Amino acid sequence: MKRHLLSAADLDRDEALLILDTAGEMRSLADRPIKKSPALRGRTVVNLFFEDSTRTRISFEAAGKRLSADVINFSAKGSSLSKGESLKDTALTLEAMGADAVVIRHSASGAPHRLANSGWVRSSVVNAGDGTHEHPTQALLDAFTMRRHLGDLDGRRIAIVGDVLHSRVARSNALLLATLGAEVTLVAPPTLLPVGVETWPVTTSYDLDATLPKSDAVMMLRVQRERMNAAFFPSAREYSRRYGLDARRMGLLDAHAIVMHPGPMIRGMEISADVADSERSVIVEQVTNGVAVRMAVLYLLLSGSGEAPETSENNTTAGTEALA
Amino acid sequence: MVPTHTAADRGAERVVLDAEDIGRALTRISHEILERNKGADGLVLLGIPTRGVPLARRVGSRIQSVEGVSVPVGSLDVTMYRDDLRLRPARGLEHTEIPDSGVDDKTVVLIDDVLYSGRTIRSALDALSDLGRPRNVCLAVLVDRGHRELPIRADFVGKNLPTAHAQKVQVLLEEYDGRDAVLIVDSGPGESAPGSGSMEEDVTEVTR
Amino acid sequence: MSEHLIRGASVLGGEPADLLLRDGVIAELGPGLSAAGAEIVDADGLVALPGLVDLHTHLREPGREDAETVLTGTQAAARGGFTTVHAMANTEPVADTAGGVEQVWRLGREGGYCDVAAVGAVTVGLAGERLAELGAMAESAARVRVFSDDGKCVSDAVLMRRALEYVKAFDGVVAQHAQEPRLTEGAQMNEGELSGVLGLAGWPAVAEEAIVARDCLLAAHVGSRLHVCHVSTKGSVDIVRWAKSRGCQVSAEVTPHHLLLTDELASTYDPVYKVNPPLRTREDVEALRAGLADGTIDCVATDHAPHPSEDKDCEWANAAFGMMGLETALSVVQEAMVDTGLLDWPGVADRMSGAPARIGRITGQGRSLEVGAPANVVLYDPSVRRPVDPADSASLSRNTPYAERELPGHVVATFLRGKPTVLDGKLQ
Repeated sequence: MKRHLLSAADLDRDEALLILDTAGEMRSLADRPIKKSPALRGRTVVNLFFEDSTRTRISFEAAGKRLSADVINFSAKGSSLSKGESLKDTALTLEAMGADAVVIRHSASGAPHRLANSGWVRSSVVNAGDGTHEHPTQALLDAFTMRRHLGDLDGRRIAIVGDVLHSRVARSNALLLATLGAEVTLVAPPTLLPVGVETWPVTTSYDLDATLPKSDAVMMLRVQRERMNAAFFPSAREYSRRYGLDARRMGLLDAHAIVMHPGPMIRGMEISADVADSERSVIVEQVTNGVAVRMAVLYLLLSGSGEAPETSENNTTAGTEALA
Repeated sequence: MVPTHTAADRGAERVVLDAEDIGRALTRISHEILERNKGADGLVLLGIPTRGVPLARRVGSRIQSVEGVSVPVGSLDVTMYRDDLRLRPARGLEHTEIPDSGVDDKTVVLIDDVLYSGRTIRSALDALSDLGRPRNVCLAVLVDRGHRELPIRADFVGKNLPTAHAQKVQVLLEEYDGRDAVLIVDSGPGESAPGSGSMEEDVTEVTR
Repeated sequence: MSEHLIRGASVLGGEPADLLLRDGVIAELGPGLSAAGAEIVDADGLVALPGLVDLHTHLREPGREDAETVLTGTQAAARGGFTTVHAMANTEPVADTAGGVEQVWRLGREGGYCDVAAVGAVTVGLAGERLAELGAMAESAARVRVFSDDGKCVSDAVLMRRALEYVKAFDGVVAQHAQEPRLTEGAQMNEGELSGVLGLAGWPAVAEEAIVARDCLLAAHVGSRLHVCHVSTKGSVDIVRWAKSRGCQVSAEVTPHHLLLTDELASTYDPVYKVNPPLRTREDVEALRAGLADGTIDCVATDHAPHPSEDKDCEWANAAFGMMGLETALSVVQEAMVDTGLLDWPGVADRMSGAPARIGRITGQGRSLEVGAPANVVLYDPSVRRPVDPADSASLSRNTPYAERELPGHVVATFLRGKPTVLDGKLQ
């Protein structure tokens, strides 16, 4: 594993599979009487959230705690972050506190890269969603969920539907799923597909009805109503009619196909309530799997010395440094 | 997976147990377990990955053929409980599978291929205590090569194998390596080749 | 007044000759000159160029003296071989009155490192709503001829048309920052393959090209002079070329960084590469170089935009646009244009001195190196190559995009009307 997880593109196939397999073991911890492992005892994980996201923060918090790490939450509300303290100053504070990992959520694309590469901190950096860039742990948990239902993803056909342009989830998923050998189709109105999407490892379509019968999984993305005002689409009603997943459209799916949503859902917009609550929907399970996947990521980033296995002396030194 | 390294790669190697020896040792261990436990009642066999797991299955099937009852067999990964976890690069987890019967109030037999420093077994005891509270726990190993660093001993031993620190004990099993054998390898210039056969589950050797 | 005898300089890259600078002019020019009492400057191996003229500099004073002052900015200019810089109007307060432009012009004169030609704002407060008092600025001591809302686009077509018409009365030129505002709301980097991957809002080429095309048509329609600031796309080059072929009085500039750097640098998310207009693609860079070589683009202008570290040491989206350029301009032009064979030294002299002086209607600058011309001379050593050290700068800021990058060339001396502002590579 590399030292940071900033983008799904950081992971090659072996690394992605290692995380997913490890997550499988982590998930079984939840079924045991003691849902905790000592793996990260004495390690400090900071959840640095510049943007509100209770779900993701709780997921990382649970993951860190189940591995016995000390978890410190540092959120924008009611802290120096909302008083305009810079990312740099915050980073220097975390460094002084001895954080081993910083889980960062930020509205600015690339903020985790800055944190990891600017020399401000020595800790591992995990991207928990940055702007309209990426959200790699979400992609990992989505892949994990798909693997549980569909098995090996090699050759599986995945449709990702909705506001791809503004979606960090779509970016990370497209990259990770391609790495895992899946065939990804992005479905959206042309206004919500990014410029240059033709260079992504995916195919694109404007036609949801034509894509659904050929899909093993369909992932619906949240579409904010405000996009309407910027002329991305004419009205919520027209969007739902053309790209929303309702019971009729769900009927176009193969019997084994699953319905996913990274949340938070806007019922009635991109997904109808009966679809969200249907048996094909794995949306609740995605949340459960999120903790296991984040445990795997934190464990693999933090449990070892981070050094290549050479001589015992090197390993010992590296371990001591990490403790300091 | 057949070892690809030749003897010349890593010094002289010597077969100390062949397939038949291993078979006989496991049969004897199975009988000893039954004798000590006065039957198969309440037994749970937990293999320590990787090579402890097929050994546990083999012991399980021997017990079944003797007693005619199926003994729960599972696996117990100790990776997250190792005392050298942060001294080495992060490692993936092996599979832990606890039989549905659980471990509470059972006689758990931990099964591993080689007993060396004892640190793996220490980790296994910690891992086990997070899973429940067995009535008692005992330990079966195919090879005990000595050099203990913790107050741990095996209850059932396939073969005691006096070795020097510099030597390595390599266990090959049909399930992973295509054949059954226990080798002693005098460390040569080539050093260890992880993945081709089990080179000690006890990790102290590598980190020493 | 001091005299300097420059020995053995390669004038515009030609045969070595001596130049005697006396009384602020080039008094003698030729081989084997001698002058009793003159300070000798050994220029063996150095290229002599006329003092460089920058049409596009941000000096930040008044308002952001933490980033740059007229003094430090002109010192940086002198180190880069400039003898005139045009100070852009987007200061705080905006240079949109006669008093405002005179202040900047006067500060430049007092410093004595480099002449400062003030650029006047086109609209009051750069707000794009009503014309500033262009005539008053033209008639002020600063004699403003270049008007620009740079940093903002004069996007209102009617306002742009009126400005173009109005400046004809005093032979002014409107320098347009071509950026269609609605197409670039929240824009962070060049819109293309990479912006989609990086999740940074795109600044499409069409947002520049649409304005360039419109303004060329407007300028032709009303018979005025238009100058296009920092052309950054292949399409803009094509449009300017077309407009010139139709007789439109349009001139254009390109920045050094757009001649060398591409949008791939954004993948570092390091805001030192965040600039407006954004770094574009390799194809655009090639087109800009070709346009500068064939004269479609008239000149190089630095768009020197110093920023304090707190405005760059942060997230990309929160960082300020702009990069420094004065001290590295000539080196970058050598790298991009001279060493590639696209431009010779006379060409460099034209694009970095003659042409910008003509566009800005600056007298006494941008003249060729000849007897009787004002002694504005740069001595440049094109043979060295060294990494750029951000700390080695006269500017108050450090946001150079070339840090650690190796660039050729080194300004050894700059003379402003015979007086050395830089000698032996050091500020005087």
